[in-house]
Amino acid sequence: MIATPEATNPFFVNLDQIFVFLSNWLVGFLPAVLRPVAGVVLGVVAIVCVFPGLFALTTVFERKGLGRIQNRIGPNRVGPYGLFQPVADGIKSLTKEDIVPLRANAVVHFLAPLVLVVTVFMGFAVLPMGRNMVLVDMDAGLLFFFAMGAATELSVFMAGWSSRNKYSLLGAMRAVAQMISYEVVLLLSSVAVVMITGSLSLPKIVAAQNQYTGVFPHWYIFTPWGLAGFLMYAIAATAETNRSPFDLPEGESELVAGYHTEYSGFKFALFFLGEYLAMFSISGLGTTLFLGGWSAPFSFLVWVPSWFWFFGKVMLSIFVFIWMRGTLPRLRQDQLMNFAWKFVLPFTLLNLLVTALWRFMGEGWARWMVCTVILVAAYVVMGRVEMRSEHFGRRSYRYAE
Amino acid sequence: MLGDGILKGMAETARNFFGSFVSDERLTTVEYPEQRIPTVEAARVFPFLVYDGANWEAGMRCVACQICEKECPPKCIYIEKSADKKPDFVGKQQFYPTRFDIDVSVCMSCQICVEVCPFEAIKMDTQFELATEDRFGGLLYDRKELSRSNEYYHSIHPTEAGEVDARLAEEKAKVEARAKAAAEAAAAKAAAAANPTQLAGGGS
Repeated sequence: MIATPEATNPFFVNLDQIFVFLSNWLVGFLPAVLRPVAGVVLGVVAIVCVFPGLFALTTVFERKGLGRIQNRIGPNRVGPYGLFQPVADGIKSLTKEDIVPLRANAVVHFLAPLVLVVTVFMGFAVLPMGRNMVLVDMDAGLLFFFAMGAATELSVFMAGWSSRNKYSLLGAMRAVAQMISYEVVLLLSSVAVVMITGSLSLPKIVAAQNQYTGVFPHWYIFTPWGLAGFLMYAIAATAETNRSPFDLPEGESELVAGYHTEYSGFKFALFFLGEYLAMFSISGLGTTLFLGGWSAPFSFLVWVPSWFWFFGKVMLSIFVFIWMRGTLPRLRQDQLMNFAWKFVLPFTLLNLLVTALWRFMGEGWARWMVCTVILVAAYVVMGRVEMRSEHFGRRSYRYAE
Repeated sequence: MLGDGILKGMAETARNFFGSFVSDERLTTVEYPEQRIPTVEAARVFPFLVYDGANWEAGMRCVACQICEKECPPKCIYIEKSADKKPDFVGKQQFYPTRFDIDVSVCMSCQICVEVCPFEAIKMDTQFELATEDRFGGLLYDRKELSRSNEYYHSIHPTEAGEVDARLAEEKAKVEARAKAAAEAAAAKAAAAANPTQLAGGGS
């Protein structure tokens, strides 16, 4: 790292570590025996407060952003510029009647939103949100994250199955099919990063990217395999969080609301929260893997607090999610599956080979050329061949005519 | 290439997003309670009864023929015919409604009552803020609440009201001409009856 005058300025160093110091200072009041536990509890409380707060802000900015994309104004009634809209929404969902269908399996119906929110929150435990700011520094943090991510599928199916409603069940089956298909891609695109870094620990992956050549950082997105991996990761992440254009599980035009059709009041709010938290956590992981985590985009900006970069990058990803939602129509089920299995998965597998090539070709411009050519050629050819639309001709009727 | 359509679409939405902050033409939203746009002339919401002159009761054009009540598809009109008569706009004695109720919550704004009325007595209003806290009495409008002056009708539907006035004036002129002709004929007859001797004398 290039030491700029600001980077060594004690004020900026302290600002960078302010949350760490704050936590240590608060924990310092307790007897030494309780300190490790209290530190963890404090971290959990911080995560449980910060991300739902971000969720509240995101809901209102999403609605305003979508409004602007559609040349509307968006919510502007509650508070200044409609910023207190989440408060009104929260009060509304808290005071609504909690309806459980008569034939529903009440226990599972009750547990499903809890399982979703809890497992999504667990994912945040291993994300490094700033320098020295990771709740649990696990050696296999990436593995833990994906294990928790896979558990959200369980909650979706619990919700759909226990509701005893055909729309819920159809939505849940779609969701599970979609999430399992794209989970494979999500994992394989991350494997590329693991192959280069040689570690499953997320802080180590960030540390590997926190180096600079000139002013430019060594983020993995600035390599051919990293860019390809990031694109595939972004597609899979969108599908995994059921965001548009992959929002078939809750396609309101055909399924009412999908797996949470039978949820009302605060349970519905929990599903909503879980969905957005999943977006945050998956954006956080994408940031960590490909966008350099908490590292600054230019070496002369390293004095800006690391947590600012992490949350800035996450919010930028959220903005892209919203932008895509405002742009793209929903896919059809067969298009979704074809895209996953015929394009995204083969391309991700190829990317693994390219990553290996990159790893073993050694430094130099040759690997840039070779890897870029292979990936671009594969993208163009596979896009043409696998994704060509099939023309079935005019439909013929055997008996109707 | 795969994905270029997506990029094109995203450029379009980005243009909308930033454009809506700089160009007022893009933002077509009217923030309703504070901002209002004038209603279009052909707008129709709920019927009202037209009266001529200043007194709504005396000038009411409705003659309680009950055609609208019978034609109303959701049957939201209720009319009671009077026992006595009052003069209409040409001075002819006509019945009038002692009760004329329309239920706002049942009316479907189809305008059939307006189309079947032979007396130009019922027309469509453009007033759309009909919400009330009293969902029974407040939604049942009686003939006083339904009455609007012809001037009001002119103010909301000027073209249509002009045509109606021309038609009524023509009708009135026709009736007056007929009355005049009848009066002349009657006068001639009376004159003839008054001087039978002259006629007889002339004949003999």
